[in-house]
Amino acid sequence: MKTQRKVVALISGGLDSMLAARIMLGQNLHVEGLNIFTGFCVQGHTHAIRNEHRKKQKRNDALWVAEKIGIKLHIIDAIEAYKDVVLNPKHGYGANLNPCLDCKGFMVGKARDWMEQNGFDFIVTGEVLGQRPKSQKRSTFPVVARESGAFDRLLRPLSAQLLPPTLPERAGWVDREKLFKFSGRSRRGQIELANDFGITEFSQPAGGCCFLTDTAYSRKLQDFWDHRPDRDYELDDIMLLKVGRHLRLTDSWKLIIARDSGETHYLNGYRSKFAHFAITSHSGPVTLVDGDIPDADVEMAARVVARFGSTRDAESVDVCFTRSDGSQHTLTVLPMLPSEISEPWYV
Amino acid sequence: MVRVDQTLDARNLICPMPVIRTQERVAMLDTGQILEVHCTDPGAIVDIPAWCRVHGHKVLIAETHGDESIVRLEVCD
Repeated sequence: MKTQRKVVALISGGLDSMLAARIMLGQNLHVEGLNIFTGFCVQGHTHAIRNEHRKKQKRNDALWVAEKIGIKLHIIDAIEAYKDVVLNPKHGYGANLNPCLDCKGFMVGKARDWMEQNGFDFIVTGEVLGQRPKSQKRSTFPVVARESGAFDRLLRPLSAQLLPPTLPERAGWVDREKLFKFSGRSRRGQIELANDFGITEFSQPAGGCCFLTDTAYSRKLQDFWDHRPDRDYELDDIMLLKVGRHLRLTDSWKLIIARDSGETHYLNGYRSKFAHFAITSHSGPVTLVDGDIPDADVEMAARVVARFGSTRDAESVDVCFTRSDGSQHTLTVLPMLPSEISEPWYV
Repeated sequence: MVRVDQTLDARNLICPMPVIRTQERVAMLDTGQILEVHCTDPGAIVDIPAWCRVHGHKVLIAETHGDESIVRLEVCD
């Protein structure tokens, strides 16, 4: 009796990796999914935090994909290990702080570890030749295979017929003739294939699942690094860069001002760790202070905070300042005028 | 009295950390044991049951009270 081979599919939650896994299921293989959480993943966080996203269905897309096609999904916490990818990318950054090629190698490397630990035979990804300018092209595919240590146990079913046969194909575990030769940025072929599989719902067909590709986020991360003694970070640090308005008034501190009640709710969870401001005479956002704020700057900061509440036109606003040691005092301030808010303060 | 063998505090964790912590805890439990997860991420009430379904674990309850959700699950083979 022929042994059923086992394949681990990297599942991002998007269409391409969903198709790659689905293709393998059609070849009578045992398929399980792996989703790697780096801390910079877009989905979930902003949906969970901001009011404007609250009406959207909240779900983890990778889990949704797994359930839709009927495979197990294992989510790997790679936050700590991923730091080296972000801080020291061997292949450099893309247009923003996105280390895409290093990231691919990292993800496939994690899948290789998992494959070896769990007795699986090979790995599939949803990569498509030519779909990404830096990380999905003919010259970089072998780099990912080599640097991940997966070598020819890495199969890209969507573009396989345009690539040299891998071990699963040569060994007959997979029928190469039933794989595909998609290339380029067009999604037409994948969408037709999805229709063939009866897949009518899928998310983010053009990718974009990482905050590091986002210009505004990258600017905040660079500012964070520029004002720390070193570039190391914790999960909370990179999470807070996704939330609120960030205004840096001096090199030693910045304000993180909630933009709506959802963000206020989220930032409230950090009040025990940060000095913070809360408007007490009116409704208004909670504001964290990241850094060491000298006493001489507290009033200026309170005036900025008052500017961003429903208090912007008030003649006086009571703002309670809580230091990181828990001590409090309330200031009565005039909200800062728009003309006093310096544009370069916005990170 | 409802039997709960272990409780997991996943409050103030944002997606997908509640799922990851649930996954880790379930790996330490035996078949038939019951885990109760407390979370505040609005997505967790969807994601943890989805994770249970794809892994064949039984969701006993999944309910939200105010800002907090509780998912109680039974570990299955």
